[in-house]
Amino acid sequence: METVAEPIAPSRGPMAPRPFHVVRRRRETADTWTLELEPAEGEPLDVAPGQFTMLYAFGIGEVPISVSGDPAGPLVHTVRAVGAVTAAVCASRPGDVLGVRGPFGNAWPVEAAEGSDVVIVAGGIGLAPLRPALYEVLRRREEFGEVVVLYGSRTPGDLLFRRELERWRGRFDLQVAVTVDRGLDGWRGEVGVVPKLVADARFDPDSAVAMVCGPEIMMRFAADALLRRGLPAAQVHVSMERNMRCGLGHCGHCQLGPTLICRDGPVYTWDAVEPRLAVREL
Amino acid sequence: MQTIDELIGEGLVFRGMSPEALELLCGCGSNVRFTDGERLLREGEEANVFYVIRHGRVSLEAFDSARGAVSIETIGEGEVLGWSWLFPPYRWHLDARAIGLVRATRFDAACLREKCEQDPTFGYDLMSRFAQVLIERLESTQLRLLDVYGNGR
Amino acid sequence: MAAPGRRGDARREMAAVLDAYAVDALVATLWARGFRVLGPTVRDGAVVYDELQSADELPVGWTDVQEAGAYQLVRRTDNAMFGFAVGPHSWKQFLFPPRVSLWQAHRHDGGFEVEEPANGERPLALIGVRSCELRAIAVQDRVFLEGRYGDADYAARRRDLFVVAVNCIEPAGTCFCASTGTGPEVEGDFDLVLTEILDGEHRFLVESGSERGEDVLRELPSRQATEADLEAAGRAVAAAAEQMGRSLDTTDLRGLLARSLEHPRWDDVASRCLSCTNCTLVCPTCFCSSVQDATDLAGDRAERIRTWDSCFSLEHSYIHGGSIRPSGRSRYRQWLTHKFGTWHDQFGTSGCVGCGRCITWCPAAIDVTEELAALRAGGEESDAND
Repeated sequence: METVAEPIAPSRGPMAPRPFHVVRRRRETADTWTLELEPAEGEPLDVAPGQFTMLYAFGIGEVPISVSGDPAGPLVHTVRAVGAVTAAVCASRPGDVLGVRGPFGNAWPVEAAEGSDVVIVAGGIGLAPLRPALYEVLRRREEFGEVVVLYGSRTPGDLLFRRELERWRGRFDLQVAVTVDRGLDGWRGEVGVVPKLVADARFDPDSAVAMVCGPEIMMRFAADALLRRGLPAAQVHVSMERNMRCGLGHCGHCQLGPTLICRDGPVYTWDAVEPRLAVREL
Repeated sequence: MQTIDELIGEGLVFRGMSPEALELLCGCGSNVRFTDGERLLREGEEANVFYVIRHGRVSLEAFDSARGAVSIETIGEGEVLGWSWLFPPYRWHLDARAIGLVRATRFDAACLREKCEQDPTFGYDLMSRFAQVLIERLESTQLRLLDVYGNGR
Repeated sequence: MAAPGRRGDARREMAAVLDAYAVDALVATLWARGFRVLGPTVRDGAVVYDELQSADELPVGWTDVQEAGAYQLVRRTDNAMFGFAVGPHSWKQFLFPPRVSLWQAHRHDGGFEVEEPANGERPLALIGVRSCELRAIAVQDRVFLEGRYGDADYAARRRDLFVVAVNCIEPAGTCFCASTGTGPEVEGDFDLVLTEILDGEHRFLVESGSERGEDVLRELPSRQATEADLEAAGRAVAAAAEQMGRSLDTTDLRGLLARSLEHPRWDDVASRCLSCTNCTLVCPTCFCSSVQDATDLAGDRAERIRTWDSCFSLEHSYIHGGSIRPSGRSRYRQWLTHKFGTWHDQFGTSGCVGCGRCITWCPAAIDVTEELAALRAGGEESDAND
């Protein structure tokens, strides 16, 4: 007796997506695309670095995706095609329409990092949620000490934002170190792991804020390397992920211990997260 | 022949060694340089040296006829290249190739092995330091074996 | 929501007495005022909640016998209309329906447009809301209405809700609302509250908790409550508080559970728990949901349907090719520590109202009061695991 109750809430409710046009589409790697979106009508979103939206492919479903562009610019998402929804999102071309809800979640502590060194540590697609923070930092470069970007991926072909990385690396006020797990295709850069980049980077652990994003294992090892450099766990910030169905704090899926990632995260300090991760299957 | 000061500066592995130990090391070392693409180690050949890289980057790689040279690690400034000289059969199991200009200190393995035999204290010190290098490399390898950037499938 | 009721000394002036006929008149009055009246009725051997057209449909003369994993309806020797505790249904199925269409959309101009819903749902009137259930509604209000985002569907169904609460006079074997401080006496937001008196003439003490309640009460045939009526009602409620089937030490459950995450008891309960999700289905506060996005065959119309979900399912914690909680042990731990522990961190209250449904309807007869007592008793063990 599966009756479906009829909808009664207004169409502008927080569970209804807003239509956004795809303006630009760029392929980053074999399975990752960056899309620039603009609202079909109404105001653009006001996004802080670290936040995410729920991206909707008409009739297929929605997924939580971090914003990966400049917070002062149009809405940009970098998406990896791993399932039905993300495949549909990645296949959309300029002119197509996707649904957007949000932005949700809390932000990277860019303002709180003013006056300190900033260490950005990214792994794989984790550079995408960190890029907005880096844009913010570079916009007010004089407010920060050393700014370090450490990035690792599986192979050279999996590096995101390759041209931008090279441009950043060319600046005189930015340390950029990149490594890959395996070197292929004539790669002349480093081959090794991200924790090694952390060990070799130039920053003052007594006055630094680290922002780390990537697969959970990579974040654990990177946080460990940062702690070994002398950074306090409260100054290491990570971006956590769990199953998400609403983004509003109502569906109960994104619980991480006593917190809800959509509301209390996705950015957490390492001293808050580490005890939760220490309990297997929490 | 470089001075002891230079040795201290370049080798992270040698940091904190006593002056006497550094002098022993010195006796087995010499300055070398490699140009871009030049091979420092060749897979299968006798392992009778090791290097401490002073400048530049070296790629540790294996050659696969289908994929060409696959680099599994790069060794940079201050780091040790080569440990197959420590124990028989004294054979390299990978190639090492210079990426760009490389300056290094080359240490004579047979010379050092003998000094370790003669002076067990020095031998223990050297082995401990190399054990640490091995542990770091192993941890890095383990982390990559986890294939954390994979799809999770 | 109607203006909240203020209890206390004012009750004496507003207290009245209804007879059984007047209860029927109450149902009719509410229908006449445009409400959809819902209340308890007997079906398939249990007391369930459904539309009530008249007071005859109430479980008159029935009581329930409940134990861990066991529920049975038994005939009473009197004609009590509310002489039972709670059944497998809770009111959440009306405020937070098991399957609800959140919105429908159609393709339009290269994009899509989400449609405005059609109007015309009658507001709900609930008859027979127990104290634990009233508190459960308040718990779900916290989740759905008091966060940064309101749940628009819940808010729409919750608005104008008319609550006729009932003081329990016959708690069941699995009830422990006295321990959780959520009953048996009704407090909080209600429009009318009834206390059934079986001592002497069969009658109901009725008190209003809001202006709307007062207004409806004026339409009903009633007489003034006497001291005797008030005392009889008081005795019935006090007696109920002594008849709880279970008890629970709720002292700092939040801290206890936070310290017990690796307690061996989890393995023990995991060997019994079937992950059948019954507990989450019958629990009046469980709110986990999932969404299904669907489209018609032509791909022109899309719909988003929200469905009940349960943290006992493997999909609940699925991410990147696997579940965070693949074992039954971790899922039971998640449910219990959330309900009694982290709910405090997330929403500022306990998630449990002591209704005992999860105990009654668990096919493995798992008793949360027993599990929590075991976790508390093993205090030394769990500290050693820290």
